[in-house]
Parts: sequence; C-alpha cells; structure tokens
Amino acid sequence: MSALAVQFLNGLASASALFLVACGLSIIFGVSRIVNFAHGSFYMLGAYLAWTFTRGLGWVGYGPLGFWGGILAAALIVGLIGVLIELVLLRRIYQAPELFQLLATFGVVLVVQDVTMAIWGAQDLLGPRAPGLRGAIDVMGQRFPQYDALLILIGPVVLGLLWLLFNRTRWGTLVRAATADREMVAALGVDQRKLFTSVFFLGTFLAALGGGLQLPREPVQLHMDMAIIADAFVVVVVGGMGSVGGAYLAALLIAQLQAFMLLVPDFEIAGLTISIAKMTLIPSFLVMAVVLIARPYGLLGKAPSHARTQASVEPVVRVTPPLLAKFGFATVAALILLPLIADEYGLMVATEILIFVLMAASLHFMMGPGGMASFGHAAYFGLGAYGAALAAKHFDAPMEAGLVAGPVLATLGGILFGWFCVRLSGVYLAMLTLAFAQIVWSIAFQWVAVTGGDNGVLGVWPSIGKTGFFYLSLALAVVGVLLLRRAIYSPFGYALRGARDSALRADAIGIDVKRVQWTAFAIAASFAGLAGALFAYFKGSVFPTYAAIPKSVDALMMVLLGGVQTISGPLVGAAVYMGLHEQLVRATELWRLVLGIAIIALVLAFPQGIAGFAAKRWAKEDGA
Amino acid sequence: MTLKRRELLAGTAAAGVLLGSPTVLRAQNAPIRIGEINSYSTQAAFLGPYRNGWNLALEEANAAGGIDSRRLETLFRDDAGKPEDAVRHAGELVAAEKVDLLAGGFLSNIGLAVAGYAKQNKKLYVASEPLTDAIVWSQGNRYTFRLRPSTYMQAAMLVEEAAKLPITRWATISPNYEYGQSAVKWFKELLVKKKPGVQFVAEQFPALGRIDAGATAQAIAAANPEGIFNVTFAADLANLVRQGNTRGLFERRAVVSMLTGEPEYLDPLADEAPEGWIVTGYPWDQVNTPNHVKFREAYRRRFNDYPRLGSVVGYDTVNAIVTMLRQSRTTDTEKMVDAMEGLKFQSAFGDVEFRKIDHQATLGAFVGKTKLVNGKGTMVDWRYADGKDYLPSDAEVAAMRPKDA
Repeated sequence: MSALAVQFLNGLASASALFLVACGLSIIFGVSRIVNFAHGSFYMLGAYLAWTFTRGLGWVGYGPLGFWGGILAAALIVGLIGVLIELVLLRRIYQAPELFQLLATFGVVLVVQDVTMAIWGAQDLLGPRAPGLRGAIDVMGQRFPQYDALLILIGPVVLGLLWLLFNRTRWGTLVRAATADREMVAALGVDQRKLFTSVFFLGTFLAALGGGLQLPREPVQLHMDMAIIADAFVVVVVGGMGSVGGAYLAALLIAQLQAFMLLVPDFEIAGLTISIAKMTLIPSFLVMAVVLIARPYGLLGKAPSHARTQASVEPVVRVTPPLLAKFGFATVAALILLPLIADEYGLMVATEILIFVLMAASLHFMMGPGGMASFGHAAYFGLGAYGAALAAKHFDAPMEAGLVAGPVLATLGGILFGWFCVRLSGVYLAMLTLAFAQIVWSIAFQWVAVTGGDNGVLGVWPSIGKTGFFYLSLALAVVGVLLLRRAIYSPFGYALRGARDSALRADAIGIDVKRVQWTAFAIAASFAGLAGALFAYFKGSVFPTYAAIPKSVDALMMVLLGGVQTISGPLVGAAVYMGLHEQLVRATELWRLVLGIAIIALVLAFPQGIAGFAAKRWAKEDGA
Repeated sequence: MTLKRRELLAGTAAAGVLLGSPTVLRAQNAPIRIGEINSYSTQAAFLGPYRNGWNLALEEANAAGGIDSRRLETLFRDDAGKPEDAVRHAGELVAAEKVDLLAGGFLSNIGLAVAGYAKQNKKLYVASEPLTDAIVWSQGNRYTFRLRPSTYMQAAMLVEEAAKLPITRWATISPNYEYGQSAVKWFKELLVKKKPGVQFVAEQFPALGRIDAGATAQAIAAANPEGIFNVTFAADLANLVRQGNTRGLFERRAVVSMLTGEPEYLDPLADEAPEGWIVTGYPWDQVNTPNHVKFREAYRRRFNDYPRLGSVVGYDTVNAIVTMLRQSRTTDTEKMVDAMEGLKFQSAFGDVEFRKIDHQATLGAFVGKTKLVNGKGTMVDWRYADGKDYLPSDAEVAAMRPKDA
C-alpha cells in the first residue's frame, strides 16, 4: 500500500516537471500556431545556464544569485533569447504556409546543439542540489525526496499563476482572445506583433524554467532537447493545444501511467509472456493515439471556432509549363547518362537522393494536394524497409519479391493508420501520424525475435551491382513521381484538392471527403514504402532508426524546403536537403551549425519554399 | 571537442610535411588511409577522448617512420548516431577517398551496419567500441574485428564477483535496448549456472536517456532484492544514483554495475558517486604497469588532460592496426585480414591478441569497488580481468559464429 502511495507521488513529481515544459509550448502554439520544434532547445539552454549560475562559475556556495535566483536568471535570459529569435526570424515568416515555421525552428535546434557543445563541452554536468532539500521526507515508512515533494507543489502553483495571468489581466484576456480567433483580435486593433513577441517570451521563459528546475534531479547534457521535445508535444496535444489546464491534466495522466506500469507484473496470454513493465518506450504515444481518436481536440481543447480558414486559398495546380517539362526531361536524361561520368561515390549519392525524392514526393502528395501534414511519414518508409528485409530474412525472398513486400506492408499500415488519421485535421492529424509512427518504431525496436530489435536486420543486399541498382532506383523514382503527378491531375486529385480547400463544399457536391483522404493516405504510404524497400537494399540492412522521428523530420524538411504547393517542390527539396547534408558532414565538424544556418537562410529567402519561389517569379514574368 | 578535424589532419600530416608537400608524395610513399566512422556529434562525451587517444597513437606511429616510410592518415566521419549514415560514409570513404581500411563505431547497431558493409565489399573493418556480442558471434564475418571487451565478457567478469556474495535475491535495472537486454540475459544465465538457487525478483528496463528514476527506484525497492545489477550509464545512471541515494535504495544492498567505474561515467557524479559498488571500469590514476604509465604520461603531455577509457580504446585501435600493418607490409585487404587473425599487440593494458576463432580481442577491463576519495569517485580493490579468461569455450563460439565467417 505504501509502495503504491509513493509511486503516486513519483507520478505527481514527474507530472509537474513535464507540465512546466509543455505549458510554454502550448501557449505559444495557441496564439501563434507555431509548432515550435526549438522548445526543447530552450529547455536545454535553461538547464545549462542555470548550471552556470549556480555552480559553473566556481562561485562559493550557490553564487551571488543563490540557487533559486540562478534558475530564474537563466530562465529570463533564455526568454530574451526567445524574443530575439521571434523578432529576427519568426516574425518574418508568419505569413508563410502553415507548418513552414517548423522548418525555421528546426534550424534553430541544429544551431543550438552545436553552440551548446562549443560553450559547455560534451561532458554531462551535474547540477547542485537545492539548498535545504537534499534529504527525504517520510511517507508511510518510505523515503521520498524533499525536492520531488517541492516539485509536486510547483506544478499547480505555476498553473495557478498562469490562470491568474490569463484571467485577471488585460494581456491575458488578449492572449485568450487571440487563441480563439486571432484575425478577429487583429481586426479589433490589437497590435499582434507585440502580443506574439510577449507570448514567445513567456513560452521560452517557462521552457527554460522547467530545464533549470531539473538541475537537482538529472545531469545537464546535450541530449536534453530531443529527449523532452517529443514528450512535450504529446502532453500539449493530449491536453488540447493552447489549453494550459489541459496540459497539466495530460502531464498527470501520462506521468502516472508511466509510474504505475513499472509495477505491473508479467503475465501470460495464450503462451505469450506480456511484460507491461518492459514497454517503457510507448505509453505516452499510446495515450496520445487513444485520446486523439476519442477526443480529436485533446482533453480540454476546443475545435477551431471559425470557418474562415476552412475555405483556404491554396494556389491552383496548373499544367506544367513547357519549359519546366523540358527541364524535367533533361534532368532524367542527364541521370541516365550519369554512370558514364560519375564515379562509384557519385552514383551512391545520386541513388540515395533518388530514394529520398520518392519519399518526399509521397509525403508531398498527402501534404500538398491532400492537405494532410504528416509528422510520422517514417512509419511507412520503415514498414517498407522492414517488409523487404523480413521477407528476405525469414522467407529468403529475392529482391524483386522484397520490393513488392515492402510497399504492401506499408500500404496495409497506411490503410490501418489512415482510417484513424483522416478523422482529424491540421496539427492534430499530424500528431496522430507521429503517434502511429512511434508505435511502429517501438514495435521494430522491442519485438526482438522478429525484427532483431535495435541491432536490426542485416545482410539485405541487392542481387544487382551498384550501377544496376542506380538504374533501378532511377526507374522506380521516375515512375513513382510520374504516377503521383498523374494522380494529382486526375479526377481523384481534383476531388482531393477540393476536400482540402473546403471539406464542407466538397461534401455538398457529393465527394466522400474521408474516403478520398483515406485513399490518398494509403497511396502516399505505399510510395513511401517503396522508397523504404529500396533503401533497405541500398544500405544492406534495416534498423529501427528508419522509422524514427528524425527520418520523419527529414522528409518534412525536404517537402517544406522545396515548397508544399508546387509539384516539383519535394524533388528540389530532397535534392537540396540531402545534398547539403551530405556535403556538410564531409566538410566540417560543425555541420549542424552550418546546416542550421543554411536552413534558416533558405527559410528567410524563400518563405514559399525554393520551388514555390521559382514558380512565383515565373508567374510574375509571365504576367509582365 | 577541443580539437578541430582540420587541425588534427594537419597534425597527422606533420610527418608527411617532412617528406615534402603531401600532395606530391611519390606513389610508394603514398599515405596509408584509415576511414574512421563514429557518432561524434551524438556521443561527444565519450568520443572526444577517444579521438585524442587515436591521434596520439597515430602521431607516435608516424614519428617512428610510419609503415615502410608510408605515413598513416585518418579521415574522420560523423554518423550522427544513424546506421544508414554510417553505411553511406563507409561507401564514400572506400569509393571516393580510397581508404585502405575502416575503423570506429560506438553504437552496436552502427558497428553491425558497417560490419555488414565490410563483408559485402570485402574491406577490413576494425570495430573499436561497439559492445554487442553479435558483431563477432551470430553476425561475425571474415572482415570484421572487435577490440573492446564485449557485453558477454563484462557480464562474466561481474558474475564472478556477484557469485561470491552471500545473497540470492537479485533485481536488474537496464536501458531498454540491445546492450541492456543482452547484459541482463548473460548476467542471469551465467550467475544461475555458477550459483544455482539465485532468484531474480524484479527487472526494470527504462528507455535509454529517459529514465523515470524515482519511479524505477521505487519499483525495484518494492521487490526488496538483496542485490541489484545495474546496466544504466551516463545521464540515466546519474538520475538513478541521486534518486536511489535519497530514497535509500542502495542501503544494505549489494550493487553490481557495468561500466560505472569508467571515468566517463564516474567523474560526472562528482561527490555523489556511489560507494561500495562492484563495477567494471578503468582506474586510470592507479594502473602503473609500464605500458600504461608510458601511455598516460604521453597523453597528459599531448592533451594536458587525463585519459578516459575511450582514450585507451582509440589509442589501442591504432596500435593494433599499426602492428598489423608492420606484419602484413601491404594494404591488400585479404593479407591484412590474415595478419589480423591471431595478431598479438602491445596495448596500454598489456598483451592483447585478436583471436583467430572469432576476431574478438582479449583486451580486458578492471573490476573493483567504487569509493569516494577527496570528494571524487574512484576504484579500489581492483584487479585487471584479462579478456581471454571471460569468453565461452571454443566449441560454443564456433557454434554461434556463421560457418562462412
């Protein structure tokens, strides 16, 4: 009994820690609709700076600011860094297509990683313990850390302060109004720019505060940003985006689940031993999937109230200009001749880019014409890779069969997951795809008997040589891209775009919106699966990383960088992103810094994506 | 990391400069190129000292005239913790940079991915760090060799100590991935074999890098074990130690812990390092064998820092490669592989051999107890456990390794 009570307290402490990080993210999203990937970076910076103020400068004791002063000072400084980023970067791209800001914040993540390493070094830094809170209190005969007891209180206190701020001040009222309907707030004459900047300050301040408060619990280290960001997103989405109270509720739910599942003993079902306690990788994503399916806008979230954004103004897809078509033919012709001039390495890079072109095109198909952004496209890439590899490993399937098995498995995954996903829209849909991707990833990771776990499936080599494999990839990529193009221009593609631009009107003229979107989802999954199967043979092995978040992020970056609303965007994006990455890693140790800066520069220069920019220029010259 | 790649390349080229501009070297004096792939950006704490050790050995070898007056040079690549990137680098290094052999690897799956590449493309791969047993056993191949004592070997070293304890109820805490899973598997299997009657009453597998330490400590305590086998390391370890200390998890309990005695993981714990844990590790300041003193002094002179275990691994990987090249006197892959099989070389820890039967080196580890001295964790009552004494029988190894390896 006492063990259960203490475990409940453990859950409360973890919930507070999680809430502090997530509430800032939720507030920022609520007002500015920015999916702030860099939130984890601010959390990490807060922890590092707090370490510096309380221990790192070699001051006596906790230094002149004291322990709590140090944490607050760190959070304030990070808040100002947040303001700076908002002013010089995000403010310029609020008008860009939805999710484009994600690209910019991802650039910030990369830059912060290298800068942090340069300033604080690679070794883990152990922070000081809180003054007077080193010991434990007695809870029914068990010891419970004093600091954790304090954390249990801090969470609700911050929640209460935020409630006062939002409900008892004019600024808070404006923020709530902007969360509900920001166009209306602007129309009423409120200076949105000031509002956005101040909200960004508050959000980053809270992230850094959350990081600083972890000092007495865990060492400060370079993986903090990525370790927290996925969990923070889950909490925000489960709670309902923009809902601070929801974030606390979600943090509580997830933290308690994680604490109590560790106590569940193993049991057997039909001869299979089920170990709940071992499944530490998935609970938060499972919760997110269940909540989103049952309550599409999270526990306390509200459906976007206004219909104005429903009829959006995505540009019409026009017939390919003859010059662009010629350029496309020339590119393919050049690629066919490539083995004559390129060396083995050049072919290898080209093969890899072609595979990612196919993957990016498949993601673009559901994101651009389909209007369904996916944060978990790696799921289908991974399923394709595993389909091919497992067929080869368990059934000795030849490569031809593997290249069929992969897309088939991915399509099945797309049909299953898509059925749930198309019931949602916008960021909620994207987060559900992420949840499913994490479930795929953790199955690949934990079902060791079949998938080999993180050691992967090895020895999946193609039955043809490197030049042959290049031509195979070229053929499949070109055919795949052309088929996807064909689908966009087909009646199905028109229906899909109609459903995207106005679900209501599309419904009214007899289009089965959900079915059309579901089909598009499955098609996108199958082509991603084909890319994954090719990738498996190209690399000779398959690992859970193929289905992990960074792969999904890569695909997203390619599409956004190229431009969501142009059909050639993903092709350009994949080539630029992969090519840049590949060359930078070879050239410099600080490749993350340079890549991050490059992404930020591209974002600022081409807010419609590279191809989007070109298309716009084109249209202008045409008109002139 | 304090050293930049370009500076290092410049440094390693120093011997080459004496012969004239590196770009106009005569063919027979063309450098021997090693392609080194590692997770520099994601495992920086471990791999910074590793690279220092690597460069130290390389500079020593070049100062001694290289191999038949050919100097050695290294091309470092960062795989960012992704096996698919490591394979791309391997391809690039072999095809574009024409390296003579591949080396490196920290994460097990990356080691396996590069080993697969080495087998397919018939290139020598000297895996330095990855601990997985599969790389030399179930997935072993002719072209892959591994330096560090594996998960099995380190578990066997700790089982030897654990079996001496007068306790039977054990619990395990281990990161939820292959390294953690197989460490627990071997520890259980070998301990039960050595001491029938031991019980395992609780198992915790926290996600790597994301341990919920309070809840995990509580769940272990609830089963009331007499001994705890810990496999967590780095940040997870620090979290567990803090929560465990505050909650009294480790009081009146024996703790046996893998890798915890390595300075990489012990030093960040500072004055909160646990006392009395039985660990594998590296008491760098106390090992006074001639080889090690020579290495430690050279390392200190060169980098003004003390060596970590990673430094030894980097240093000895190069030492093994250099010794092999002096024997093979060629960069023909098949001849280099033949020379690697059964290769004996002088490591910082003494004599080491790359076994012909499974390509595993017999490099050992230090087994001892942790203790706080002057506010810092260190190892006491330690001994060197020679790797060759902690491997399964040849028949068992042969049964695990593919026939064509």
